[in-house]
Amino acid sequence: MKRRTINSWGLYPKIEAEVFSLSDENKALEILKQVDEIIPYGNGRSYGDSALNNKVLDCCPYNYFIEFDELNGILKAQAGVLLSEILNIVVPKGWFLSITPGTKLITLGGAIASDVHGKNHHKDGCFSECVDEIKIMKPDGEIVFARKGDELFKATCGGMGLTGIILEASIRLKKINSIYIDQIVVKTKNLDETFEAFEQYEHYPYSVAWIDCLARKSSIGRCVLMVGDFRNDGKLNYKEKRKLNVPFNFPSLTLNKFSVKAFNFMYYNKILKKETRTIANIDSFFYPLDAIDNWNRIYGKNGFTQYQFILPKEASREGLKELLEEISKSGKGSFLAVLKLYGKANENYLSFPMEGYSLALDFKIEKDLFEFLDRLDKIVLNYGGRIYLTKDARVSKEVFEKGYPNIDKFREFREKIDPKRKLNSLQSKRLEL
Amino acid sequence: MSKYLLIIGSNSDIAKACAREFAKNGFNLILLARDFNKANEFARDLKIRSGVNVEVYEFDLNNYKDWKKVYEQFKDKVDGVLLAAGFMADQKECEKDENKTLQTIIVNYLSPVLILNDIANDFQNKKKQGFIIGISSVAGDRGRKSNYIYGSSKAGLTAYLSGLRGRLEAFGGKVITVKPGFVRTKMTERLPLPKALVAEPEETARDIYKAYVKGKDVVYTKWFWKWIMLIIKAMPEKIFKKINF
Repeated sequence: MKRRTINSWGLYPKIEAEVFSLSDENKALEILKQVDEIIPYGNGRSYGDSALNNKVLDCCPYNYFIEFDELNGILKAQAGVLLSEILNIVVPKGWFLSITPGTKLITLGGAIASDVHGKNHHKDGCFSECVDEIKIMKPDGEIVFARKGDELFKATCGGMGLTGIILEASIRLKKINSIYIDQIVVKTKNLDETFEAFEQYEHYPYSVAWIDCLARKSSIGRCVLMVGDFRNDGKLNYKEKRKLNVPFNFPSLTLNKFSVKAFNFMYYNKILKKETRTIANIDSFFYPLDAIDNWNRIYGKNGFTQYQFILPKEASREGLKELLEEISKSGKGSFLAVLKLYGKANENYLSFPMEGYSLALDFKIEKDLFEFLDRLDKIVLNYGGRIYLTKDARVSKEVFEKGYPNIDKFREFREKIDPKRKLNSLQSKRLEL
Repeated sequence: MSKYLLIIGSNSDIAKACAREFAKNGFNLILLARDFNKANEFARDLKIRSGVNVEVYEFDLNNYKDWKKVYEQFKDKVDGVLLAAGFMADQKECEKDENKTLQTIIVNYLSPVLILNDIANDFQNKKKQGFIIGISSVAGDRGRKSNYIYGSSKAGLTAYLSGLRGRLEAFGGKVITVKPGFVRTKMTERLPLPKALVAEPEETARDIYKAYVKGKDVVYTKWFWKWIMLIIKAMPEKIFKKINF
């Protein structure tokens, strides 16, 4: 087996690992028998250490489509298939992913293991909502199927790859009649206006806001809110565009308090009107950053972490204000701070979403960052919030546990299904998942 | 009407990437593979991805006597061929194990010659056109101490393709010799390869499709192997025989 340096999207941490590859079921069984512990790895788009360990199972080669029911919009594929590959097939036939995160460059298996969500969470929930059935190889090698309501399903969706090797899944698609989206861009002046805007436009299926984290005083919480819905013009001609690339790591100093402030200032002020109506397409609306290959390199070779937390709705206004003040004071720049309204939590043991607001910010790795994030953790906990495992590389066990009331159910289940901890990641060891 | 591409050895990683690339560009496919079930699963994937016709036949290049019978079933459809079958065993094992050496020669050279002879005859006598893409290897450019049994079988294939090119071009046919360097595949999984030189199968497939479109004769992939091999071929034997690689 080959040893390689591997990392996730945040480029932190980087570790030397033996990389096995998933080519068929027999091979998967052989590998499970042979190793002490291993963790499935998809397209490396989670941010932290949830898919990292000394041994990883590269699931990307396991990428066959198995069935596509064009009439009813049901698709069955192996776990290594990328969402982008799914879109290439289904969009021209008038279908779209029922749930999609902000990048289409993730695997189907990864979408399930992280129980990802998107701009329509407040309406349609997490990825698991559209999953009919998952084929899983349990840590003992037995192949089973998990369906909604099963314990295995609840533990696997959002289970960070710890319940077994996800082999295949069937998903239900959403009918569309255009690749274009009617988009409304709303500019707000402060946090109160931002919350009002979210509620005012709640009936739109898709919504997300970009927040200027470095705004101060009365401008704290000012944002650019984007909402939208698919058009109905019958245009389904979906083609991939040429991409830009960041060919090397930027010097770590590129992003500092001043450059980010300047960027945020420009971004906010280039929109003049309070409300602008435009037409976007699938790629520009859902996947703006996918247009730039390796954009993670702008944070420099030391990498970055994405800090994403969610607060219950009733505590969101007060909590966000306190957190944004703390962030603004620190001057730790974040290019992208994304605010989003969420709908009800689901039954899965470790799924991140709950009814409320979540904020996601990128921080480049630097000396005092983790102390600062520990301080933010405390505020998040005070308001009854929690941290997203898929983005995380550093949260403490204590902080994590307090946010996830179902953690004991997950631990009991894992003890039952994998007493020897064949499936283990740096994250699962750190947090004793 | 869409053209049919016959892929010999369709379960190899390069073959699979090529199948997707050609299907994406509208080719129907005939897959020839040792493992029928695996090839069938792949055929299903190709149909869903690209909506082309895909047929699957079982054939093991070790059993070259079965070839004519298999070929009978689809011979009239073939517009072009991609020869992607290959076998590489460890050099040291080959030196000791007669069967491994035989298998190397049969899969990489003997069978391809018999197969392509038949196809070339049909291209020449019946269709008056047709193209053949043969995947050889940079290892066939010069026999290295560490890999010369595999290398010499590929050298034979390269020479064969070169001659075949002259014959086919006389009536408007085409032969493309592909010489990949290191590619990340099942075949090379256990080799410690220098990362900077390794190509993904998808890159190799894109290079091959481009070579087909442009009608190239010989193509190295990745491109820099042309220059690496130029240097390796130019080394005096006196020095070359002493180098350990």
